[in-house]
Amino acid sequence: MKKILGIAGIFLMIVIATSILSPNFLTAYNIENLLRRTSLFGILSIGVGFVILTAGIDLSIGGVVCLSGILTPYLLNQMGWSATETVVFILLMSVAIGVMQGGLVAYARIQSFLVTLCGLLIFRGLARGVTMDQTQGFQGKFSELRWIGNGRVSIPGVEGFALPAPVLSLIVIAILSIIFLNCTVWGRWMKAVGRSPSAARYSGIPVARLQILAYTICSLLAGFGGLLFVCDVGSAQPSDFGNFYELYAIAAAVLGGYRLSGGEGSVVGVVIGAAVMQVLRNAIVLISWLPDTAEFAVIGLVILIGVLADEFLRRYAANRARIQAKGT
Amino acid sequence: MDAAPILRCRGLGKRFAGVHALRSVDIDIYSGEVVAVVGANGAGKSTLMKILAGVLRPDSGEVFLSGQSVRFAGVRDAVRAGIALVHQELNLADNLDIAGNIALGREPNRFGFLDRKAMHTQAREWIERVGLDLSPASDVSTLSIGRRQMVEIAKALSLRAKVLILDEPTSSLSMGETSRLLTLIRTLATQGVAIVYITHRLNEVLDCADRAVVLRDGERVAEFSRDQLTRERLVGAMVGTIRESQHVGSGSTNEKAQARLVVRGLQTQAHPKSTINLSVHKGEIVGLAGLVGAGRTEVLQSIFGVDRRIVGDVSLDGQIIAPSDPVVASRCGIAMVPEDRQRDGLMLEDSVRINASVVKIARDSIAGFIRRGAERTGVARMIDLIKIHPALPERQVALFSGGNQQKVVLAKWFSTEPSVLLLDEPSRGVDVGARAEIHALIRKAAHRGAAVLCSISDTEELLLLCDRIVVMREGRIEGEMNIADATEDAITRLAVVGGEDVASHSEAAA
Repeated sequence: MKKILGIAGIFLMIVIATSILSPNFLTAYNIENLLRRTSLFGILSIGVGFVILTAGIDLSIGGVVCLSGILTPYLLNQMGWSATETVVFILLMSVAIGVMQGGLVAYARIQSFLVTLCGLLIFRGLARGVTMDQTQGFQGKFSELRWIGNGRVSIPGVEGFALPAPVLSLIVIAILSIIFLNCTVWGRWMKAVGRSPSAARYSGIPVARLQILAYTICSLLAGFGGLLFVCDVGSAQPSDFGNFYELYAIAAAVLGGYRLSGGEGSVVGVVIGAAVMQVLRNAIVLISWLPDTAEFAVIGLVILIGVLADEFLRRYAANRARIQAKGT
Repeated sequence: MDAAPILRCRGLGKRFAGVHALRSVDIDIYSGEVVAVVGANGAGKSTLMKILAGVLRPDSGEVFLSGQSVRFAGVRDAVRAGIALVHQELNLADNLDIAGNIALGREPNRFGFLDRKAMHTQAREWIERVGLDLSPASDVSTLSIGRRQMVEIAKALSLRAKVLILDEPTSSLSMGETSRLLTLIRTLATQGVAIVYITHRLNEVLDCADRAVVLRDGERVAEFSRDQLTRERLVGAMVGTIRESQHVGSGSTNEKAQARLVVRGLQTQAHPKSTINLSVHKGEIVGLAGLVGAGRTEVLQSIFGVDRRIVGDVSLDGQIIAPSDPVVASRCGIAMVPEDRQRDGLMLEDSVRINASVVKIARDSIAGFIRRGAERTGVARMIDLIKIHPALPERQVALFSGGNQQKVVLAKWFSTEPSVLLLDEPSRGVDVGARAEIHALIRKAAHRGAAVLCSISDTEELLLLCDRIVVMREGRIEGEMNIADATEDAITRLAVVGGEDVASHSEAAA
């Protein structure tokens, strides 16, 4: 719990500051929009959290989002597949991508940075090649499928505000992830792998299988995320759909308390981390004296400050624990 | 030797955590001679060498170099004074060529740019001096261990070393490489370099030393000049008088007890030429004795499946299992407590509870879900049983003492009641009190029916703990003895000279 207090504090500060600086921030429309974006990016961030937990990294998320987001309308419209067939295919493909990348990391012992960097290029390249770089859209059809991305769930008794449908996906995924990480043997073991792969091995933990599982969950959530993204926006351009999404996801995970050295992190923290990122982007647009073009600079700066603050808090806590231990 | 010694040590003492590693040791070393320093594991050889080379500072005593009292602030200081240590683990930069390694840290330069030509010319001289037939531009990573050692020596010579300390230089060399190294050592001695040679290979001492100093339990117990040197004298001094041992063992003497763990035809990667056969009975504690590097750790790791490529069968209660990896071994009821607990045994940043329950949670789980209540009570029970102090399950393991950290590793496995317990140096770096407690726990596991196989370097400890002792040397099993027949003398003899060698040499002597 202590771990997410820091990020929750930052989140509140940014929310308060933005609502003071811009009258358009706390409007029903804007909040709905923020919730939708946070949910979409939150799903990717929860995914990459699993990989970071095992001390790996997944840079291929943007590529997977692109491939899944492009293929969904492509398969529906160009190939004439049904919605069910398409969704099943997209999810299976995402699982296959995760198993492959995880296998290369766990068995071929190639650094995850390299494997997934190549993945990032390959999957975007595939998406562009398959579609000949043509924008893919739903052409106004498949509104039932698209509901998972752009739908709204009205809350009884509340006027003018409805819950964006992706929030439901996020909640289900977050709860399942929390249960997996905290209540199951595999979840506990996945953390152990990140803490010390060697100690995990000497404890009879199936290190390689857990690594593969982490990459599989990550790619599956990236593929599902891509599906939601395209359902939300309606069409996707192969050359830039999902660009930089891996970095947004990783940044949210790190802000949320995941350590790149593995073994530590919380799902709730990641979701708040994703929210911080989206509120920041929103604030830059809304606050008139902040130039929109400075978006990256502002985001980079805030992440840096967040990580620094977290590191200092961590050292302070570690020191206190040591002093206390000496006392006993 | 009428000249004054180049290196003179008087009353050197060093303690680690209250234990004497070195007690008032006097040694003189003269230019142009080869002095062998011999002793069993833990005799204090490495500590002495580290003091001479400036790695450690002595708690008491003085070192004189060319008659001047010196106190080295560090390795660089010692090197500047002319003392160079060639370490057991070689310290060459793999990514540089030979010349780059020799010149490392003092590369010749022109206007701030590396003068590669000068560097290679200088290096060539030293390479030739150690008798290496290699270009200075050869990559170090392509060289055999023997040749790397030569490069290390060349580097030491290039630093104008007057005293060259070699720490077990032949431990990983082939026969040919060893004899080449010994020849080089003799040559260097005739050129006036003083050489201190640490080893536990007695043949090499007999072959090449002018003088041998024997250490035992941190004390200098004997010194032999060339004409006094015999194998028997050396072994006698290394072993010392036989101490009364207060053996406890597991109390299991049932010869007909069921063989629980049987290893047949095992070949480890480290020693692919030798085949290991051994068995451990139900309730028996078998000790693997031997010098450092005898292949004991590799045997344990192969049984547990850490070492993937193994030949041979491991059977458990008559059933052949193929522990190709620790996952399988652990599921079959084999437990392993590794030598390096900080790296391989623990997740240091996690709590005692997380560490102690990491194996057990899987055994207790329902459909993959951890049973929290069972976990908490299980850990509390282990903390109580194993006496982990302080009894705080949520405290980070890193904050505990070495002995208590080791107990956490034991708790991890003991809670699963393993049928085979493999222990690699179970009481290393642990104080005497904790050691006794750890022994008691191991005995308790044996009483419960576990077959215990432990690798222990300390002979005294072996005699205290084990029912049977298997002695290994250079990857082979040299012999085994029941505790009733075992003495420190017999174990050390087997470990140092082996089973057949003793016979052949005493024949040769007669």
